[in-house]
Amino acid sequence: MEYHEKTPIQDARKYKVGDVIYITGEVILARDEAHKKLLEEGSPLDLKGSVIYHCGPVVAKKNGEWKVVAAGPTTSIRMEIFEDEFIAKFHPAIIVGKGGMGPRTLKTLKEHGAVYTAYTGGCGALAAERIKGVKEVQFLEELGIPEAVWVFRVEEFGPLVVTMDSHGKSLYDDVNKNARKNLEDILKKIER
Amino acid sequence: MIDEIVYAIKKAETKLSEDTVKALKAAYERESNPLARTQLEAILKNVEIAEKYSLPMCQDTGLQTFFMDVGYDFPFIRELKVAIEEAVRRATKEIPLRPNAVHPFLHKNSGDNTGRFVPYIHWELHEGDDAVIHVIPKGGGSENMSGLYMLPPGVGIKGIKKKVIEHIFNSGGKPCPPTIIGVGIGGGADLALTLAKKAAILRPIGARHEEEFVAQLEEELYEMANKLGIGPMGLGGDTTVLDVHVEYAHRHPATLPLGIVTQCWANRKRKVRISADGKVEVV
Repeated sequence: MEYHEKTPIQDARKYKVGDVIYITGEVILARDEAHKKLLEEGSPLDLKGSVIYHCGPVVAKKNGEWKVVAAGPTTSIRMEIFEDEFIAKFHPAIIVGKGGMGPRTLKTLKEHGAVYTAYTGGCGALAAERIKGVKEVQFLEELGIPEAVWVFRVEEFGPLVVTMDSHGKSLYDDVNKNARKNLEDILKKIER
Repeated sequence: MIDEIVYAIKKAETKLSEDTVKALKAAYERESNPLARTQLEAILKNVEIAEKYSLPMCQDTGLQTFFMDVGYDFPFIRELKVAIEEAVRRATKEIPLRPNAVHPFLHKNSGDNTGRFVPYIHWELHEGDDAVIHVIPKGGGSENMSGLYMLPPGVGIKGIKKKVIEHIFNSGGKPCPPTIIGVGIGGGADLALTLAKKAAILRPIGARHEEEFVAQLEEELYEMANKLGIGPMGLGGDTTVLDVHVEYAHRHPATLPLGIVTQCWANRKRKVRISADGKVEVV
């Protein structure tokens, strides 16, 4: 299924592994330090039904306005130590990143009806094109540009591939299982 | 010369090399997995936008790396190192590039992509009076998925094949596949990795080694790697690697070094050719 959605997201349980989502509305950036900060101090933003993006953007200020130069995804597994608590506390609907997350997050996605989606690695220019502006930024002084909590206005932001859904399914587990089986076949063939 | 090197860095960072674009398009046409197709499509769109707006194609603009092929009689040899360092500083500001040179103990980022031994300049010499600078900024994610295996020589060619395929399997989606795999065999630990890096990046995708046996090995490894089913970004599919390139050196009787260098789809490379009369061209 392909979805074209507006934020906030009402029901993320309908998304299944393999679905592709495009987001119009707001995307909120949070990586390592932002997760820590929001968990410690609470969030100044309402994150219910939000789209949380693991990304450290390249931004520049031009004529007093923020311009997003590149905003590809960063490796999500680093956030595994925070994400379960983060989801339980703030109830985001969609987490966006690269490379997938671990069993703790998968379990929490199921409990709280959220999904993890993959954005294509390295595609910083494509992402920047779909980002139409900066609505606001939190913790910029303390955390600096790559770690601050940016709120981007986006149009058709994607493709976001659902790789971990709220029904306990992870595409990474499936691909890995299949690849392991293929590996064994290949190794046997080499030995012959 | 500095202007042309800055220009070459800019072209490498913003316009994906033609062989890679061709290989990605062919992979998109071939790919049977719908999710894999979304990833290849996003990559191709990203490449188009980067070129159109002169933006870096990836936010990781890489470790600035230069492989030099310099003639013994090239008259400006003294100027090359200084020119490259200055070009890197200027390119960092002008393109702009992400500052990617960090002191390993003090964690301080130099801010201009220069520092101790970086930009990394690798020198080789040839008969002649011209010089070629291979401009190859290399991303960190794919470099992390490179490796060295000192194999017992007894495992032979079968052992090499197994290790390469296991390596690609273990890398999974981490190096941002589809990747180009460089394999260096023999020499010593350092030479195996240097041969692997040259094979991965300097050799155009699709070009085969001049020796039939090696060319066959490349073909076989390429086929096997794409049977793993890891796919673009590790989401499954037919396209895990765009190519596998192998190079070798004679080895010590007691060693069988196997170097593997992984290059991501953002296969950034340009050549600056300088002739003895001072003419500079970027290709």
